Amino acid sequence: MVPPLQMPQLPPEALPALKDLLYRMADDALIIGHRHSEWTGLGPILEEDIAFSSIAQDKIGHAYALYRLLHELGEPEPDHAAFMRDAPQFRCCHLVEYPNGGYDFSLMRHLLFDLAEQWRYHLLERSSYEPLAQLAHKVRGEIKYHVFHATQWVVHLGAQGTEESHERMQRALLQALPLALGIFEPSEYEELLAGHAIFPGERVLQSHWWETLLPILERAQLQVPPLETLTPAYGGRRGQHTEYLQPLLDEMTEVFRSDPTAQW
Amino acid sequence: MEAPVQATIRSLDPRVTRLGIPQELPEFTPKPPLDEWQTYEVFHQARPGEQPVHVGTVHAPDPEMALVFAKEQYARRGTTYSLWVVRTADIYAFRSEDADIFATVPEKTYREPQDYKVVQKLLRLKRKSHGSSSADAPASP
Repeated sequence: MVPPLQMPQLPPEALPALKDLLYRMADDALIIGHRHSEWTGLGPILEEDIAFSSIAQDKIGHAYALYRLLHELGEPEPDHAAFMRDAPQFRCCHLVEYPNGGYDFSLMRHLLFDLAEQWRYHLLERSSYEPLAQLAHKVRGEIKYHVFHATQWVVHLGAQGTEESHERMQRALLQALPLALGIFEPSEYEELLAGHAIFPGERVLQSHWWETLLPILERAQLQVPPLETLTPAYGGRRGQHTEYLQPLLDEMTEVFRSDPTAQW
Repeated sequence: MEAPVQATIRSLDPRVTRLGIPQELPEFTPKPPLDEWQTYEVFHQARPGEQPVHVGTVHAPDPEMALVFAKEQYARRGTTYSLWVVRTADIYAFRSEDADIFATVPEKTYREPQDYKVVQKLLRLKRKSHGSSSADAPASP
């Protein structure tokens, strides 16, 4: 166990808030990375299989970097944080837990999630917590590509594909939107995080996200229901998850848990 | 008696098992011919000012998607400044049976550009040894 580092710029009362933020981000990245990786070998064409698998790897890399930051703050080491917790200890949103379904849902989720990631890391580049600001700067290019990839696909299938592809993207949007709003489930630490200039907060993030999302969906010729008619899928940030998370964890952690002390 | 449940494929890969693929596959309807995306040729530019080099092809429905795919196929490792994609159909080339038109009569070696190539190689080497990474346009003959 590594003792918490001395962080002169981090007041002690901000520590639980920072850890909560990092766990939310890390768990989101790990679980969506695992879901994306389930497409490996099953993608629609070779080029896309490689691209999507590579994005999945990037996500696991982001999760690893975030678990390392948590470890520096006194949390378990990355492998244990990723593989030894059960669903109630996870802080990911419901959006990332859902099974892949068809490629329509997977792509729509990928767009909704990564657009939020892009904004979140953009805002974090100015975080007062220096290690997080540095990480945000480092992942900028990767996430820009993820958004580029997602946008091309959603616009293509929505506006330039067939009637069937358009309908399926529309259905996927309606299914994924309430789940995506769960990304921005506020925590008890919102004011603390904003007050210490660590992170401006989920509400700010959501409004940036929504403003950028609308023009993309318009290019994809998809109908967007009014925001106020949607019920966000909250609960994930408090450890209340869908029925899909625990089976995912069981499968993902099976090898690691068979011998947690093994040297790989 | 209940109807016998058809056996599904069980694989070491749990994702495959979950798909519930019947062991006895039904007859496939073949896809209509030409149901393929076109190909794009990919050119990789390592640094600003350097010549893009042809590195391969990707299947894609449009140029933007070709760029999306080219990035992961050809720019995952090493240094990349940019990528170009060009529709394969837009490239004009000699037919292989016309390869003989490049044959040269030996008496005219004075016209061959070998010397220029050597000069450019030397220039590149010199630039490298001076530690400069910028590649200026080679002196044209």
